[in-house]
Parts: sequence; structure tokens; C-alpha cells
Amino acid sequence: MTQGQTQVRLRGGEDHEAPLEAVFRLEDVHVHYGRFLALRGVSLEIGRNEITAFIGPSGCGKSTLIRCLNRMNDLIPGARVEGRIDYHGQDLYGDGVDPVEVRRRIGMVFQKPNPFPKSIYENVAFGPRVTGMRPESMDDLVERSLRDAALWDEVKDKLRQNALSLSGGQQQRLCIARAVAVAPDVILMDEPCSALDPVSTGRIEDLMEQLKRDYTIVIVTHNMQQAARISDRTAFFTAEAAEGTGDRTGLLIEYDRTDSIFTQPADKRTEDYVTGRFG
Amino acid sequence: MSIATRTVRTGERVIVNALFACAVLSVAVTVGIVAVLLVDAVEFFRESSLVEFLTGTVWAPGQGGGEGGQYGVLPLINGTLMIGLGAIVVGLPLGVLTAIYLSEYANPRVRGVLKPTLEILAGIPTVIVGYFALQFITPSLLRPIFGDDRVFVFNAAAGSIAVGLMILPIIASISEDAMRSVPASLREAAYGLGSTKRQVSLRVVVPAALSGIAASVILAFSRAVGETMAVTIAAGNSPKMTFDYFTSIQTLTASIAQTVSGEAAAGTVRYNALFALGLTLFVITLAMNLISARIVRRFRQVYS
Amino acid sequence: MTASSSVEVLAPSRLRRGATRSGLKILTDAAFSVLLFVGTIVGVIALATLIWTIVDDGWARLMADPVAFMTSYVSRLPARAGIKAALVGSAYLMALTALFCFPVGVGAAIYLEEFAPRNRVTNFVEANIANLAGVPSVVYGLLGLGIFARFLRMGPSLLAGALTLAVMSLPVIIVAARESIRAVPDGIRLGAFALGATRWQTVRRQVLPAAMPGTLTGTILALSRAIGETAPLLVIGLPIVIFSLPNDLRDPVSALPLLIFDWTSRPQAAFAEAAAAASIVLLALLLAMNAVAIFLRNRYTIRW
Repeated sequence: MTQGQTQVRLRGGEDHEAPLEAVFRLEDVHVHYGRFLALRGVSLEIGRNEITAFIGPSGCGKSTLIRCLNRMNDLIPGARVEGRIDYHGQDLYGDGVDPVEVRRRIGMVFQKPNPFPKSIYENVAFGPRVTGMRPESMDDLVERSLRDAALWDEVKDKLRQNALSLSGGQQQRLCIARAVAVAPDVILMDEPCSALDPVSTGRIEDLMEQLKRDYTIVIVTHNMQQAARISDRTAFFTAEAAEGTGDRTGLLIEYDRTDSIFTQPADKRTEDYVTGRFG
Repeated sequence: MSIATRTVRTGERVIVNALFACAVLSVAVTVGIVAVLLVDAVEFFRESSLVEFLTGTVWAPGQGGGEGGQYGVLPLINGTLMIGLGAIVVGLPLGVLTAIYLSEYANPRVRGVLKPTLEILAGIPTVIVGYFALQFITPSLLRPIFGDDRVFVFNAAAGSIAVGLMILPIIASISEDAMRSVPASLREAAYGLGSTKRQVSLRVVVPAALSGIAASVILAFSRAVGETMAVTIAAGNSPKMTFDYFTSIQTLTASIAQTVSGEAAAGTVRYNALFALGLTLFVITLAMNLISARIVRRFRQVYS
Repeated sequence: MTASSSVEVLAPSRLRRGATRSGLKILTDAAFSVLLFVGTIVGVIALATLIWTIVDDGWARLMADPVAFMTSYVSRLPARAGIKAALVGSAYLMALTALFCFPVGVGAAIYLEEFAPRNRVTNFVEANIANLAGVPSVVYGLLGLGIFARFLRMGPSLLAGALTLAVMSLPVIIVAARESIRAVPDGIRLGAFALGATRWQTVRRQVLPAAMPGTLTGTILALSRAIGETAPLLVIGLPIVIFSLPNDLRDPVSALPLLIFDWTSRPQAAFAEAAAAASIVLLALLLAMNAVAIFLRNRYTIRW
């Protein structure tokens, strides 16, 4: 196989199992920031109602890739995406595609919880308001979203309190509630638990298991055990130094069902990483 | 600036254009200032000679419409420079000393009291400072020390002290910022070698912050040059070429104030002279502000 | 250090203060500290003296009959002169100035921080605003005279005065608003975008409300500076002697600092007292405005 292409290995005679229904289909995606090539030659599919994890050492383009999926990279001056990203068969970067519409369907939860400096209620209600949803009862929508984020019981008596008064884990669940309030199709999570304590992390992992019944979830994580615990499929990335400059360009090494990646990795680099030999 | 994006939907175009108009209005203001000053100043130079303006040592507008008067700007420049320099003599040492104290010596509680005090000083309306100069500085400070016959009622020294007090906060706060920006590692290196606080302040911090201090001085000088009310009240309205700080003088700004207080019909030489003075003032302060800004940019780069 | 010199090991007793410092050095250090303290305290004392002078000179006059003082018009007799027209005029001017410069200033700040692309035009606009901040107030007065009062035929009116003060305050408000907007963390914007909000929706519903306390504080401070300004109003030709309150934007209007200037310039001691009394009122007004600004800042600023 030539360098730069996804190594999708076949195990003996078994076929690598394709996802049941692909929400995203990426073909040979490259991402440049100005003249710096951050990521190259990524091809994979994201399956519906699955949790797909991107793992790998830092600096190998996982966050860059996930930000391409909801066009948040558009906000970075000089960012350029090549290749094709299909969302339900439609070119995500095609002419006439409005990034605002994209983000209404593909939500994101960030590494550092970023609730708005408003009440808990207002945080959840913001999305539906600005996207023009007109729910019959906003109160019901807020309650449903908070329940879906496993936060309702803790905040139901203090909906009007400022969101910044919540703990870190609660704030992150609020951000999840906020994201589901706009009824997205996909939820992207960029290291959602790395700023949280282990207890909060555990609660959010449980939450993700529930969420995947209704949403497709893609998660970037530094925590291998987390990927092993919760994800259905895992993509392993690493970075290679470009000749001469020393800039590191990320690339996809292996992408398979999670149990395969962790128990029978096809590539030695994957094996080294998941067994903790490096990274 | 935070995230750059051009994601603007059609309906919002109107709003963004309105916001753009607000920003561009500032350019219109500058154009307005330059236009207003140039148009009437040019008119003035047509009736009264530019050469005489720039080289004449007598400023004596004629009666009424001002025809037949002498319009040499040098006495006014003289007065303005006297006030400017005098203000720096007062404001620079006090300002820098205050800055060193705030930056290197004072504890947070003292800072918490001193900084607001400086802001209050900066916020006193200039007329009130002028009153203070006339009613206190001259009679209770200058005259008792230097003698009643030496010190005029209106004199440049009182004006300088008043303006010096006004620019003290500028020098103090910008210099203090510059000193605080000096990396701790530099201080630590000096302390580590056994230096005293005085040595660190004078030999490490102040030299490192020098460009910031210089920028603050130029900015303060520009402010002193542009100051009107305090000098009009305290320094007098007698344009003359002199070095005597105890006599009355007139600055560019005070001359403008005096002219408008009288009856100057539009279109007369006297009226147009206002704009010639304004133009002179504008050019001087613009030049100083640009120099100061350039120095500030350079010192920010050094430590960023 | 030459190889032959031995390193003197400092005995513990030699670690006490002054052990290796010469007597002269200790003296210099102490003298410097004293110098710093004196230098700093001079500014404080000057401020205290200024306020004391004003209060001492004017308190009796003000308290003799404060109501009459504030509700009488000016008079040739200092004992009967009051600040009614000037006080009301200043209030109207402030309100109208705020009306003009707040929306435009905040609009410009929003555009520059959130929507402006990084290009030469934007850099030019920003540099221009920075320059405008350094233009002397008397030059703004000339702008007001030439364009508002004369060219646009507004005359020495409330409208011309307010527009002039507004234009003068614009750069300050833009800077204050930009800083407040910049202080809003990017995470807020990202969170809103990720939900599918447009740029304007994000600015209007999240960024601007969060930046409002800081912006309002800055605006009030800018207005309090404008209220104490005399030179621009003097140059436009706003009257000092006026016996009516403005009914219309085109009516002439007086202002408190103008009156203080006039009374200060008169030789009679009684007018000096009146000037001091009026100064007390002006200072009280400024104190109130600053207190409101600081209260706003402390109570409503978001601690992220």
C-alpha cells in the first residue's frame, strides 16, 4: 500500500465489516492551515447510531478532522479542506452549502465546557430560538433536553440560576443538553471529558451510551480506555514529520471495530499505541 | 481580534453594513477636521502671508475684523513650548517616581488606593485646575517663594505646574505599565546576584522600560500642547518671545480661546486666523502622537 | 575573577541585613525609597490641596443658599448669580451626546471586533481612530464651529454642542467597547456557532450582552470627561449669559464648565467664590457619574 492511504487490513479471509448506514463518508481528505499540511489522506465512514472514536497521540489531526465534520474549521483563517466529505450522500463542502445549516444538524461539545453566562434555562433555549424552532412548549423542550443529558434532577429547581455556578461536570452535561435541544443528527465531541474529574467522566460516558440510541456520535479522546469502553468503532491516527520542515502531518493508520483495534490491531503502530508502548 | 469569519446571511447584510458605516464614520470625522482646518487656514494665508506667520515674532491681531494686524505665530509657539516643557519638568520626575513606586515597591493595598487617586487627578476638569492655578499656585506658592514683584498674576510657571499635574497620571500609568511588562526573569536574575531593590529598579527595570517611558512623555507633551483652559486662565494672554516663566505669555490654544471669546465675524482675518492656529496645533499633536505610537509598538514587540 | 583570589565563605553572621553592604549603599537605598515616596505623595498632596482649595473657597457661597444658587440665572451681581442655565444645559448636552455617540461607538466597535476582515482598510480605520483619540479638544471645537455651527447652520446650539462632544467622545467609547467585546471568551462564540447560530445572532444574543457592563462603564466615564470640557463649547460659541432654558435642539444652551471659566476670569473675589461653588457642583456631578460607573463594573461584570 502506498503511503498516505488508509490501511484497511483484511483479516485472513474476513471482510472488514462496513457500518450499517454511513452518515459520513470521507474520501482522501487533506486539511491545510495556510501552508501547513495538518492532515492527509483520510478515508473512512462514520456509522449511524454508533459511537466512533478518534484516538492517537497529540498533534495528529484528530481535532482538525472532527472540526471538518461540522465546518467549524471555516472559522480559522487560512484553513482549507481538500477531498470529499459526504454527509448523507451530500457534499458537505459543496457550492451553496450553508455552514450555519450544517451546524444545526451536526452539533459539537467542546473540551472546555463553555456554557453561556446566562441561566440554565436560557442556555438550553438559546439553540432552538436562534434556529427558528418553534416548539409548542419551550419549557417541555428544555426539560426533555436536560433529562436526555442526565442533568434534569440536579437542576430542576434552579433553572433560572446562572449556568456558571454549576460544577465542571454539570456544565459539560449542560452543554450536551444545549446541543441536543436543537435536535441534531450527529453530536461531535472534542475530548469532552479531559477537563473533568473521573466521576463526572464516568457519568458522561454512561450518558453517551444512552445518547447513541438517538444520535450518531463521534468522539476525539486521549483516553484509550475510554475509547475501548464506549466506542463501537475506533480510528487510530498518528503523525509523521514532513521532510525538511519537521512539521508533523497527521494521518489515519487504522480504522476498525473497537474490539478489533484493541485486541487484534492490524498495524504495528496501532499495537504499540494501544498497548502503551508509546504515545 | 477573535475569530474571523465572513458567515453573514442575506438578511443580516443590512445590519453589518450599518455597523460598517459606524466604523467608517470615524474616517469622516478626520476628513472633516482636516477639511475645516485647511479651508479657512488657506483663506487666512491668502490674506495674511504664510511667511510672516511662520517667522514673525509679533502676534497682534488688528481690531475688529483683524485687518492690519500682525500675525506671526512664533510668540505663541514660544508660549506653548514653555508650558509644554515646564509641564514635563513637573510631570516627568513625579510621574516616573510614582511609576517606580507603584511597580516595584508598593503593596497591593497601597496600589489600590494610589491608582484610583491618579485616575481622579486625571479626571479633574481643566477649568477647575486652572482655577486652582490662579487662586492657589500663584498667590500661595509662587509669589510667597519668589516674591510679589517677580511673579506676575498670570504667569507661565503656574500654567506649567497645573498642566504638569494634569499629565502626571499619563506618564505614571503608561510608565508603570511599561515597567510591569518587564519580565520577572530579568528582575530575578538581578536579585539573585544580590542586588538591592533600588539597584534593580534603576539599573534593570527603568532601562528596560525606557521606550515605554519615552512614549508616555511624548504623549504627555502632546497633551500639554493641546491643553487650553488651564493655561488660558493661569498663564495669561500676552503673546511674547521670552524665557521668563514668571511673566504672562500666551499659548496657541489660549489664543484660540481668546479670539472666540471676542466678536470674530466669519470670513474676517481674525476668524480665519483661528483655523491657521488650529492647523498648527493639529499638525504638532498629530506628529507627536504618531511618534509615541510607533515607540509603543516597538516596545510591545520586544517583549511579546 | 583571577584564579588566585579565594572565595570568601560568608559566615552566617554575615547574612544579616547590611552585612556586605557599605554604609553608603544602605544610605542610598534608604534615600531612594524616601525619594520615591515623596515623589508619589506630591501628586496626592496636590490633588488634596486642589480639592481643599475649591471646597474652602466655594463652600460658604454654595451653602449660603444652595437652592437659590442652582435655580438662579447668571447676574452681574455675584451674590445673585446662579448656575441654573449652565447646570440644565450641561445635563441636556450630556444626554444628547450620549444619544449620539453610544450607538455609533458601540456599532463601530462591534464591526471592528466581530465582522471586519483583516485587511488594509480595517487597519486604516483602526489607526485613524487611534489618532482621533489624541486630537486636542479645542480642535474638535474648531470642527464644531466650522462644520456644525457654520456650514450646517446649526449655530451655537444644543445640537451643535452635543454633536461636537459626541464626535470628541467617539474614539474613547470605541476603545472601551472593543476591550469589553474582546474580553468575552471565544468559547462562548464557538458554542453558539456550533449550535447553528449566525454571526450576528451570536453577537447580538451572547457577546454583546456579556460585554455590556464594561461598555457602559467606559461610556459613562467618557461622558463624565465630556461634561467637564470647556474648550469645544467655548469655540463653538455657546453663550455664558443666557436667561432661558432650551426648548428646542436649535436653541442656544450654556454649560457648567463655561460658566466656571467665565467667573474665574473675572477680577472680583466674589465671582471667584461663585466659580468655586460651581466647581463643587461640577465635581459632585462627576463623582456621582464615576460612582455609578464603578458600581456597574463591580456588580455586573461577569467573572468567567
